[in-house]
Amino acid sequence: MRKRATNSMSADLSTTVSSAKGTDQDAAPVFALEETFLGISKSRWPGIIAPLVTGLIFIGFWEGIVRLKGIPSYILPGPIIILQTLFADWATLSIALGVTLKITFAALIAAVSVGVALAILFTQSKWLERSLLPYAVILQVTPVVSIAPLIIIWVGDVNLSLLICAWLVAFFPILSNTIMGLSSADHNLVSLFQLYGANRWQTLRYLRLPAALPFFLSGLKISGGLALIGAVVAEFVAGTGGTASGLAYRILESGYQLKIPRMFAALLLISTSGILIFLTTSYISHRLLHRWHESAIKRES
Amino acid sequence: MNSTAPVGSAARQAGVRPLVSVRALSKKFSNGTLALRDVDLDLFPGEFVSLLGPSGCGKSTLLRLISDLSAPSAGTIEWPGADSADAYGKAEHSLGFVFQEPTLMPWAQTLDNVTLPLRLKHMNAGEARDRAAAMLDLVGLKGFEKSYPRELSGGMKMRVSIARALVTEPKVLLMDEPFAALDEITRHKLNDDLLALWERNRFTAVFVTHSVFESVYLSQRVVVMAARPGRVMSEVMVDAPFPRDNLFRTSADYAHLCRLGSEALKQAIDA
Repeated sequence: MRKRATNSMSADLSTTVSSAKGTDQDAAPVFALEETFLGISKSRWPGIIAPLVTGLIFIGFWEGIVRLKGIPSYILPGPIIILQTLFADWATLSIALGVTLKITFAALIAAVSVGVALAILFTQSKWLERSLLPYAVILQVTPVVSIAPLIIIWVGDVNLSLLICAWLVAFFPILSNTIMGLSSADHNLVSLFQLYGANRWQTLRYLRLPAALPFFLSGLKISGGLALIGAVVAEFVAGTGGTASGLAYRILESGYQLKIPRMFAALLLISTSGILIFLTTSYISHRLLHRWHESAIKRES
Repeated sequence: MNSTAPVGSAARQAGVRPLVSVRALSKKFSNGTLALRDVDLDLFPGEFVSLLGPSGCGKSTLLRLISDLSAPSAGTIEWPGADSADAYGKAEHSLGFVFQEPTLMPWAQTLDNVTLPLRLKHMNAGEARDRAAAMLDLVGLKGFEKSYPRELSGGMKMRVSIARALVTEPKVLLMDEPFAALDEITRHKLNDDLLALWERNRFTAVFVTHSVFESVYLSQRVVVMAARPGRVMSEVMVDAPFPRDNLFRTSADYAHLCRLGSEALKQAIDA
């Protein structure tokens, strides 16, 4: 069912290519162009359907066991009761979800800005990198759970300390990937820029930043998930209650009160957020790279 | 055979001052390797010179030194033929460089790749685009302005690379084994197209290659180099007229000159 085409320009080039017999134009690579169904290419549908079906079977099995064995919902609630609780408690849970997501996104934005800015500074000055990078590594390898209480005591404001914790977890992949990307520009291209007398800014703007983009984006994919994890873990440590608390506190609270279905509902919201963050960052990465980067290309075999 | 003497050698005979003058040039790498020893070389305006030699003879190093990408350990490179000087009193060298690989920016469309040198020189965007488009047309890539490098074949990428090197209208075009990775049919085609461009624009061409046949076909002068340490051994003059085509490629003159070139290369390798 596949359609073949040289590339997206094939329509207006077809005459040029066929008339250019025996020249190097005939050797241009051919890329796979596929039919789509509901906006998604046909070969990707199995990758979507298979896990969905597995999930549905698993959920059905789960519900069946819970009902058959009569397991009480404070030990293992069935999927239906979890969904019911999710709707019933949506008022509290949605506020908690908003709080957690706000911290997650703020941390991710901070991680991206600080990570990229530091990476650029480090590649501009070797001394700065030598002096500061080891401390960035130390911050990364120290478990956030162990420094969260300190941060909460020092900072005072709970939301700000949660933000700092989530940022600590999220920023390192962006920093290290961007550093690697900035220094992996083709050395011949670097020579070319030198030959034409390009200044630092031009080399950064036209060569190093675009060359770093694929590396930065794979860092972003990791950091998106880590920001959420950081936010939840820090909240667990902080353990603050009240109306303005996040999903982690709702889980703790439900545990104390043995409201296990509600705990599962909060858990479901966290997982769904994580999946959505991953899909979003993957989509951004695909949009930015699909015209030029090998990782986003499908070749006709 | 000398009826239409090529410009380069004519200039040499007439005592025209060289565009680039390399004297007693040596380059020692930090690991102690002597890449070049006492190289003397004159490049005359508008001539086509090939540097021929085994790998490790410093051909590429010589190009990098001429283009100021690396500094010599001893000796001088002067530009007596260059007329303008920049703010630092250094002669403003107008150079184009074609690397062994196409060395294109994969994230930029063909046109933007060719525009790059002009943009780095702060030329306004509209004029740069016009000039780049005209240059792409000249290398036979009209209609591919919006293609990304990955959508082009190896030969086409090399054409883009040549277009980018020529878009600034350089006085000297340095080429470091540009067609080594291409198949023979494509290479022949690109050789012909390169000669046509050279005859049209008359830049000074320095072409590094390890193919005797390619060097004889393209150039007016083949400079044969030897390795360990890299040095100039001999010179083969190729005073066949231009334009050269398949007729020249199959002529007895060509075969004879290739034999001379091969012998010179063999001596350089045995030396």
